[in-house]
Amino acid sequence: MYWNKKAETLKPGELKKLQDKRLKQVTEYVYRNSRFYREKFKELGLKPEDIKGVKDLDKLPLTKKTDLRDNYPYGLFCTELENIVRVHASSGTTGKPTVVGYTGNDIELWTEVMARSIMATGATQKDVLHVAYGYGLFTGGLGLHYGGERVGCTVIPASGGNSARQLLLMQDLGSTVLACTPSYAVYLAEYAEGEGIDPIEDLSLRVGIFGAEPWSEPMRKRVEDALDLKAYDIYGLSEIVGPGVAQECEQQCGAHIWSDYFLPEVIDPKTGEQLGQGEEGELVLTTLTKEGIPLLRYRTGDRTILEYDKCSCGRYHPRMIKVRGRTDDMLIIRGVNVFPSQIEHVLLKIPEVGSHYILVVERKGPLDLLTVKVEVTQDIISDKVRDLIGLEKRIKSSISHALGVNVGVELVEPFTLERSRGKAVRIKDLRN
Amino acid sequence: MIKQLSVFLENEPGRLVKVTRILEDGGIDIRALTVAETADFGILRLIVNDPDKAHGILKRNSVAVASDSVIGVEVDDKPGGLRAIAEILADGEVNIEYVYAFVTKSHKKAFVVLRVDDRERAVKVLDSNNIRLVEQDEVSEI
Repeated sequence: MYWNKKAETLKPGELKKLQDKRLKQVTEYVYRNSRFYREKFKELGLKPEDIKGVKDLDKLPLTKKTDLRDNYPYGLFCTELENIVRVHASSGTTGKPTVVGYTGNDIELWTEVMARSIMATGATQKDVLHVAYGYGLFTGGLGLHYGGERVGCTVIPASGGNSARQLLLMQDLGSTVLACTPSYAVYLAEYAEGEGIDPIEDLSLRVGIFGAEPWSEPMRKRVEDALDLKAYDIYGLSEIVGPGVAQECEQQCGAHIWSDYFLPEVIDPKTGEQLGQGEEGELVLTTLTKEGIPLLRYRTGDRTILEYDKCSCGRYHPRMIKVRGRTDDMLIIRGVNVFPSQIEHVLLKIPEVGSHYILVVERKGPLDLLTVKVEVTQDIISDKVRDLIGLEKRIKSSISHALGVNVGVELVEPFTLERSRGKAVRIKDLRN
Repeated sequence: MIKQLSVFLENEPGRLVKVTRILEDGGIDIRALTVAETADFGILRLIVNDPDKAHGILKRNSVAVASDSVIGVEVDDKPGGLRAIAEILADGEVNIEYVYAFVTKSHKKAFVVLRVDDRERAVKVLDSNNIRLVEQDEVSEI
């Protein structure tokens, strides 16, 4: 399904022409309105007229998350506060939050990409959209909300938390689309079972729009089975706009980046060099039309490969495949780079393990040790210890095989690992 | 046959408290138990008065629990009692995987719980040697 067929199915040539034009415009716009970018241009000896199109993208300076923090709160805003109609902020895990501001046009563009995203999953105005992302400074709730209203869905602004009420609402109001983090979706399914609600019989869900944290294919399978729906990945970050930067279509083969608004590229996170098509690296995004806080070449910290082939859905907007998670989440275990999502990928293919796990990193002498704590499911227990030892060994060898480094595995009792109501916390780092 | 419950327990303080409290609150009486453990976890095997009820409440309380059948035999509570049973099974080429036993105040006999590799064969061998098998209702009524 398309929300905006014309924009969503632009041919590569047309898309590029639009991107060329908009990149020039945004370059001039930030040069005129942002002291921060003017200084950056000066350092590089760059003039806005040097940027003639997408081919000159790598001449532009990269922008980092710390640039937003160092210029807290309004330093990167490109317009007067009187033109800003909304502010969102991301949780400042290391001190101050990152504040972003939207003009009316920015909200409009966000609503447009969210409407596209919702319809790309096959959801329409006939659907009841249950938004269990948090409402407030976090962009998840309001992003889905505005997009849902634009499409014409019946939007239920449930926000996060209170799982009993969430289930009651979904049951009574007949929610057909659920939007939340994938880990919360798993939790809801589990919680429902405990409450004597059968998600398959008692709920009417058919589509899940899950994002705000990386998740693997086996996790998709589990959520789809548990809630009897089709699960789609939504990608976004508040610095760029919030959810709706990219969205998986019904083909489920990677999230399409709405590249008429957000120009993507992939760089080597170490050197900052632009990488070629098909190479894995850090996703960098340039906002092409934003007014409040336009960003040039913003380093997302997310690792991915971009696929530019035409998708069978008819869209050429590039797809993010193999999102391995954030560069910040990467662990280095005895010299080997390990992403939590790689472990999830292996772990959740084993039917005897539950969907909750935690990675504990410790230092023993000069070595970093990684232990995967995973819950057993309630029904795999037997009276024989060796069955469980066998399971432990099986998990251990499949993970070690996939990662190329040995890990410890610890089976824990069901429902004992902490559940997240928002973004899942998968890593416990005991090294410091 | 006797019903045995197997409960997964992490090897940490307080885990046994949790499970036994659930059973206590459910009015379940434990007849016998044994724990098989590794460094990280253990499996608590239980013989109780009402295994179906116990299984249900453990499950509702999010405990990983399984239920299966084990062989129960009655032996004389005197030296050589268990040896006699073990010998019969060995002669019948039945392998014992694990075994535990309990005595009760009211009986002069001991109950032995056996987990074997070939249950049918074990029952046949014990039967032909006139060893009385104990059933669940007997255990429940103790």
